[in-house]
Amino acid sequence: MKSDSDPIFRPGDRVRVRNAAPLGHVRTPFYIRGHAGVVERVCGAFPNPEELAQQRDGLPAQPLYRVRFRQKDVWPGYRGSAEDVIEVEIYQHWLEV
Amino acid sequence: MKETGRYEPYSYFQLMEVSLRELLVEKGVMTEDAIAAAMAAMRARGPERGAAMVARAWLDPVYKSRMLANGSRAAGELGFEVPGLNLIVVENTPQAHNVIVCTLCSCYPRMLLGIPPEWYKSRPYRSRVVREPRKVLAEFGTRVAAKVQIRVHDSNADMRYMVLPMRPAGTNGWSEERLAATVTRDCLIGVAVPKLPKFPKSRKS
Repeated sequence: MKSDSDPIFRPGDRVRVRNAAPLGHVRTPFYIRGHAGVVERVCGAFPNPEELAQQRDGLPAQPLYRVRFRQKDVWPGYRGSAEDVIEVEIYQHWLEV
Repeated sequence: MKETGRYEPYSYFQLMEVSLRELLVEKGVMTEDAIAAAMAAMRARGPERGAAMVARAWLDPVYKSRMLANGSRAAGELGFEVPGLNLIVVENTPQAHNVIVCTLCSCYPRMLLGIPPEWYKSRPYRSRVVREPRKVLAEFGTRVAAKVQIRVHDSNADMRYMVLPMRPAGTNGWSEERLAATVTRDCLIGVAVPKLPKFPKSRKS
């Protein structure tokens, strides 16, 4: 049976980080919100930190991904190689196609 | 707590920490001795554990592939207990250089590298290394060629990271211990690369 903790993305999938600004303890850095990247690996499922910070159980656990972004897409006027990347951990509920 | 060498009243959070600690001791949840022992153990942990893993990986390609597949398990193989640590090891190659940061706070594999340096927790490092990594690396004395890809890893959630640097040239036949001694804390964070001690060149006529 499929559970809410199953990953819906696979390595190589192109994803975009939601551009949202909820209050509270959020582990999606501001600089990466709204940017598109490629799933580098699936890390497993972990209790949602936004829920844990509210003293709740954080379940169902959220699949966690490492997403690879091109630096020149993330920072306007990036000085460095066009191949340079930044890899950020993003929970599934922060990703969209 | 940072020691500044002069008297300062407790900050809000320091006071909260002391109050909580005293309450836990008073209520018998833990003892002062247990707290002191845990702090001593924390201070005793240093980057030698990470360096030992790197040296083993340089000598044993099969261990290296296991380490890249599952860093925590590879730490356990060398007898390092790392409960709760989800370690990802990223490998430097002639094509790619890796560097680690936690932009949100100071996440760091303390079980293997010890207490993080102050600069790792500083706002300038955290905010700059993600957007101008080459400049920050150069400030650490690490110049990365333009054709080498830089990979910045933001340790912003549940994973922790360690860099597997490249084995320095001129170390053929070196023992595991001698190799491990070339691997500093900064090499494992990715702001430096292993270097051999420089000997004065012998003067030949």
